[in-house]
Amino acid sequence: MNLNQLTIKQANDGLKKKEFSSVELTQACLEQIKKTDKKLGAFITITEDLALTQARAVDKKGDFSKSLAGIPVAIKDIFCTAGVKTTAASKILENYIPPYSATVVEKLIEQGAVILGKTNMDEFACGSSTETSYFGQTKNPWDLGRVPGGSSGGSAAAIAADQCLYALGTDTGGSIRQPASLCNIVGLKPTYGRVSRFGVIAMASSLDQVGPMTKTVEDTALVLQAIAGLDKKDSTTVPKEVPDYLAELNHEIKGLKIGVPKEYFVAGMDPAVEKTVREAIEKLEKLGAKITEVSLPHAPYGLAVYYIIMPSELSTNLARFDGVRYGFSAKAKTLFENYLQTRGKGFGAEIRRRIMLGTYSLSAGYYDAHYLQAAKVRTLIKNDFEKTLTKIDCLITPTSPTVAFRIGEKMDDPLTMYLADIFTISINIAGVPAISIPAGFAKPKDGATEMPVGLQLIGKQFDESTILRVAHQYQQATDWHMKKPSF
Amino acid sequence: MLSKDEVKHIAHLARLGLTEAELEKYAEQISAILDYVSQLKEVDTTGVEATAQVTGLENVMRPDVIENCDSKTMKKLIELAPESEDNLVKTKSVFE
Repeated sequence: MNLNQLTIKQANDGLKKKEFSSVELTQACLEQIKKTDKKLGAFITITEDLALTQARAVDKKGDFSKSLAGIPVAIKDIFCTAGVKTTAASKILENYIPPYSATVVEKLIEQGAVILGKTNMDEFACGSSTETSYFGQTKNPWDLGRVPGGSSGGSAAAIAADQCLYALGTDTGGSIRQPASLCNIVGLKPTYGRVSRFGVIAMASSLDQVGPMTKTVEDTALVLQAIAGLDKKDSTTVPKEVPDYLAELNHEIKGLKIGVPKEYFVAGMDPAVEKTVREAIEKLEKLGAKITEVSLPHAPYGLAVYYIIMPSELSTNLARFDGVRYGFSAKAKTLFENYLQTRGKGFGAEIRRRIMLGTYSLSAGYYDAHYLQAAKVRTLIKNDFEKTLTKIDCLITPTSPTVAFRIGEKMDDPLTMYLADIFTISINIAGVPAISIPAGFAKPKDGATEMPVGLQLIGKQFDESTILRVAHQYQQATDWHMKKPSF
Repeated sequence: MLSKDEVKHIAHLARLGLTEAELEKYAEQISAILDYVSQLKEVDTTGVEATAQVTGLENVMRPDVIENCDSKTMKKLIELAPESEDNLVKTKSVFE
C-alpha cells in the first residue's frame, strides 16, 4: 500500500510510530497528483512548496498527538487561504489572493495540517457536476466520461483517487454529500452553525455549511472534532459545547430506530440505485436497527423552496463583486458601464442565471408571492423533520437519485440538473446534519461500468454523533468504502 | 413566460450586462424554473411564520468596538483593488 492511500487514522498511527515522516506522506500525495491530475483535473492550484514546508515543520517538531498533524489535506477553492490564490472557480476571482484565512483553515493549520492545494468546484459552489468551473471540468475517477458530482467535485475526486487523505468541502444543497456519493467517499454536512463559515466565500448564507470529506466515517469524526465550535467571527455558530465525536462510534446500533421517509422512494429514482439502498437498509436491520416507514409530507416542496431562497441569497451575496475593490474589472469608461461589463463577463452562465432568478424573486411585486411564501414552506419542511426525529433516532435515504451522469448531459437543461439534488436539499432547508457513505455499486442506464451509490443518514440538529455512529457501524460490517477506482 | 423586456429589467436591477441572445435564452430558462417553483402556491401557509434562521439564534450582539487593521494587511487589501492611488481604492465618479 502506498502512503497516499492511507486513512487519517492509519497515517496518524504510522507518524506516531515513526514508520514514515510527514514529508514522505506529503511526497506520496504530490506524486499521485502529478501522475493523475492531468486526467482528473481535481485541483485548481497545487501548493507543493507550502505543503513541503508545513510537512518539514511538523516532522521537526515531532508531535503527532493531534490527529491531523502532518496529514495532507486538499481544500475546496472556496475557503480563503492567506497568500494562496482563492478563486471560487470564477473568472471574477481569477487572481484573488486573500490576505487572511478562513477560521476552519486556521484551525487545521493549528493542528499541523499540510495543505496540498485548492480543489476544483462549480463556480461559486453553484452546480451538481463541477462543470460550471471557469478552470475546466473535473472527471470522475470511476469513469472519466462522467461527472464527479458537485459542487465539491474536485475534493471528492481527489480523495477517491488518493491524491490526498481528506478534504474540506461546503454544502448548501448537497455539495458535499452528492459528490461523495458519486465518488464512493464519505461526506458530512454538519448542522447549520456547527462549523464556522468565516472566510468561506458565501453562496446562500442561511443554508451554507462547511464539512469534512474523507475515506472513512472515523476520519470524518476526527476532522469534525477539529473544525466544529463557536467562532466569534461567525455569529451563526452556536454557543453549544462540541461533544466527543469519537466516543460513541463503537457503540452498537441494536434497538436504534431508523426511519425511511416514503416520499424519498418515488418516481425518478433509478431502480438500480433503489435496490442498492434497500439492501443497505436490510444490512442495518441485521445489525439490530429497527426500521420504520415515516412521512415527511412537505419534502416534495424542498427543491422549489430552494430555488427561491438560494438564488435570492446568492444574488445578494454576489452584489459585492463590483469590479472596484477586488477581483476582475472590465475597466469600462463609466461606473455603471463598469458594473455591467465586469459582472456580465466575470460571472459564468449559471451564476448569471441564478442572480437573475434571485433578483426577480426579491424584486418589488414578487417578494411576497415568492420569497416570503418559500420562507413559510421552509418552516413546514423544518417542522416535518423535527416532528419525525422526536420519534426516531435518524432517517435513511439515498443521497442521489442516480449514479454519476455523463459530462455534458445536463448542461443545457438547468432544471434537470437541479433535480440531481432532490434528496439532499431539504436537509439544508431544515438545518439538520446528514452524512453520505458508500453503500454499493449500480450500473447506469447508459453505460456498462458500475458506479458508486451513496446512502444518506439524517440526524437531529446538533446530533452528528448518532449518524456518525450508524455510519461507522455500517462500515464495520461492509467494505464498499475500501473499493478503489482504476483509471 | 417572461418577456424579453422583463428579463432586461431584471438584468438592469442585477447590474448584469447581457447580450440579446442571452436575454432570449434566459427568458426561456428562467420561465421554466419559475413554472416549477410556482407549485409552492398550492401549499396552505395560513398562520405559518417564515424561517430565515434554522437554529433559532436571535440578535447575536458584540460590543461596537473598532479593531484596527494592521498596516501590512491594509497594504495587501489596497493592492487587491483594480485601481488605487495614494493608499486609497480608486473608482469612477458616481455623478456624471
